[in-house]
Amino acid sequence: MSSDSKPAILEIRQLRKSFGALVAVDGVSFTVRQGECVGLLGPNGAGKTTTLSMLSGLLTPTSGEVLIEGRALAGDVDPLKRKLGLVPQELALYDELSARDNLLFFGALYSLDRATLEKSMGEALEIVGLADRAQEKVKNYSGGMKRRLNLAAALLHDPQLLLLDEPTVGVDPQSRNAIFDNIEAFRAQGKTILYTTHYMEEVERLCDRVIIMDHGRIVADDTLSALRARSVKLNLLQIELAKESGSDWLPALRQLDGVVTAELAGVQLSAQVTNLTKVTPSILEFLHQRGSEVTHLSTERPHLESIFLSLTGHQLRDK
Amino acid sequence: MNTRPFLALVHKDLKLHLGNRRAMILTLAVPIAIASFFGSIFGGGSGRTKPSGVPLEIVDLDRSAASGEIITNLTKDDSLTVSIVDEKSARQDLRKGNAAVAVIFPKNFGEDAGRAFFRPGAKPEITLLHDPSRNIEASMVQGILMQHIMETISRRVFSGQSGRKYAQEALTEFDRTPSRLVPEEDRRALSNMLSSVDQWLARPSTTNPAGAGPSGGISVPFTTRNEESAPQTNSKFSGYNGYAHSFGGMSVQFILMAGIDWGILVLMERQKGLWRRLRGAPLSRGTLLAGRGASGTIIAFCTMMVCWAFSMAVFHVRINGSWVGFIACNLAFSVFAASLGLFIAALGRTPEATRGIAIFVVLLMVMLGGAWVPAFIFPAWLQKLTLIVPARWAVDGFDAMTWRGLGVSAAIAPVAVLMGYAVALSEIARRCFRWETD
Repeated sequence: MSSDSKPAILEIRQLRKSFGALVAVDGVSFTVRQGECVGLLGPNGAGKTTTLSMLSGLLTPTSGEVLIEGRALAGDVDPLKRKLGLVPQELALYDELSARDNLLFFGALYSLDRATLEKSMGEALEIVGLADRAQEKVKNYSGGMKRRLNLAAALLHDPQLLLLDEPTVGVDPQSRNAIFDNIEAFRAQGKTILYTTHYMEEVERLCDRVIIMDHGRIVADDTLSALRARSVKLNLLQIELAKESGSDWLPALRQLDGVVTAELAGVQLSAQVTNLTKVTPSILEFLHQRGSEVTHLSTERPHLESIFLSLTGHQLRDK
Repeated sequence: MNTRPFLALVHKDLKLHLGNRRAMILTLAVPIAIASFFGSIFGGGSGRTKPSGVPLEIVDLDRSAASGEIITNLTKDDSLTVSIVDEKSARQDLRKGNAAVAVIFPKNFGEDAGRAFFRPGAKPEITLLHDPSRNIEASMVQGILMQHIMETISRRVFSGQSGRKYAQEALTEFDRTPSRLVPEEDRRALSNMLSSVDQWLARPSTTNPAGAGPSGGISVPFTTRNEESAPQTNSKFSGYNGYAHSFGGMSVQFILMAGIDWGILVLMERQKGLWRRLRGAPLSRGTLLAGRGASGTIIAFCTMMVCWAFSMAVFHVRINGSWVGFIACNLAFSVFAASLGLFIAALGRTPEATRGIAIFVVLLMVMLGGAWVPAFIFPAWLQKLTLIVPARWAVDGFDAMTWRGLGVSAAIAPVAVLMGYAVALSEIARRCFRWETD
């Protein structure tokens, strides 16, 4: 079954939230289907967290509606909330309690009986790799471990839709990879994921659809491949030279047909080119003519950074 | 209300409280230490410690038998701690605060006072020096001094040769007084009285073989018997115990301080994103507030019980009144303290800004509530005004159930007022709480 044919688990229609004169979210509409992993990408202040707060019932929209499985949340105690698993951006944990006590508490908030809670707690701890440290107080955990426990706390009631608000903020690369593995495991279990981040590479790795937000509005909502096709067709060519040979020849290189940019850092030459097939031989010939030996060559596809730039006119991390 | 999340909220708060051993010990140790100190100041245990007398310094420039007798009587008075010094030392001690009051008996005081007893005109002047911060003690010393001087001087005037001398001198001077100054009828009456005094003192004494005449003089026409008020129905009444008031007062203060911490904790949870998780769960607002209120009440109540148990074991504080009333007062105050925490959580914005103002308000409340010093020390208008302060009702309730030994009916008003305040604060908290979290 293609993703389009799957039922929508989340529908957001013309959602708007203003705080006085500040419009944080301005007419946002999108749909998330069952089993999808959707990345909500945007710089800080784009309105991602506010959107997430509204769809999890923490904030009342100024206008618009949020439908979960076709129905709007009806108050604080609506059982529909059990469909959602919110992972806040902050480390929402009690440092003075053990990981186990934290999970027992958060699970009990969903009225899970003890046996169910023990079982789901064990599974959640296994998934995030903290089963052997469960009795330890959270204050003794590393930042990465706290992030993983933060994730586990949202899994206990077996939610269908996971709302992950920048879950890798402030963690080391190793822990980040562990979190990515966890999220991929959730996908394999059939969970639907809405993942906010301002890291391009995370969306590229995890999500099959990207919603790009800027200034409270959606500027793009499509699959990665479609976004790439829509964006300026630029490829990055990386060439490693055998030895350093000054940079006085770079302006001449930039004059070659199809070369958009060219930068040299030591022996590493980076060039953005419009057509890989045509331009690569020209560059190699240019280097051969001036006696520069090439030891390695690689290329990269257009990435989200350039897509975001082409859509919004500014870099993602400008803000 | 779903009980499982509610119990989880309460259990979590209790676990956090008990897990922070250092904070918990401080929560108990600090009020106990301060209450012990204040208790010793306000009279200590019932009948166990004799209150120290007012420090009185006496300068005796007279050195007569009369001044000596007065000083001896003053020294025997339980409410005074007398020392004899010279005038320079007396003034110095008062300036330094080492004495409350100093009395200077002038030269010839005994003689002049005896003469002045029957005659108008100049009287000997006793100088009463006092520390300006101790006016109440100065007034008290003045009263005691007057009593002993009148007893001593009148006894000397109405007894023995010295008495006859004063009476005869007064008669002689009276005869010399021009007739235009005293009406004839008055003159005759006064002359008869002084002659009678002289004749009375001239009689051979049956009680004094030395012929010094009968002992007499003016004495206080009554005696007093001190008795602590006690309920007639309570044979186990243990009397006033200063520690009972101080432990009640300090418990009130520190539980209210803990109430601030509970409120601040909610604000910190909000900052940490925990509130997002709590609000994300299918819980009613009532459950969230009730959970916090219940855990606060339990912690406050248990803390108070530990403090009271310490005061009973170490300082012999007793519940002379109703145990039911005592428990009810503690419970009502605990509910009030927990609701104060909710109130602070609802109105506070940041932990830092909230803490300062909340501490100020609580200190004001406990000060006006008589937690530091008993409310009866306040001026009358302030005693009435402070009835709007809930801490006052708590302290009065504890006093009533402990050393005052009153029955359960005396607990009804404090419990009702505290519960009323608790309901009001909780309702304000519910309405004003920032339920939305971005």
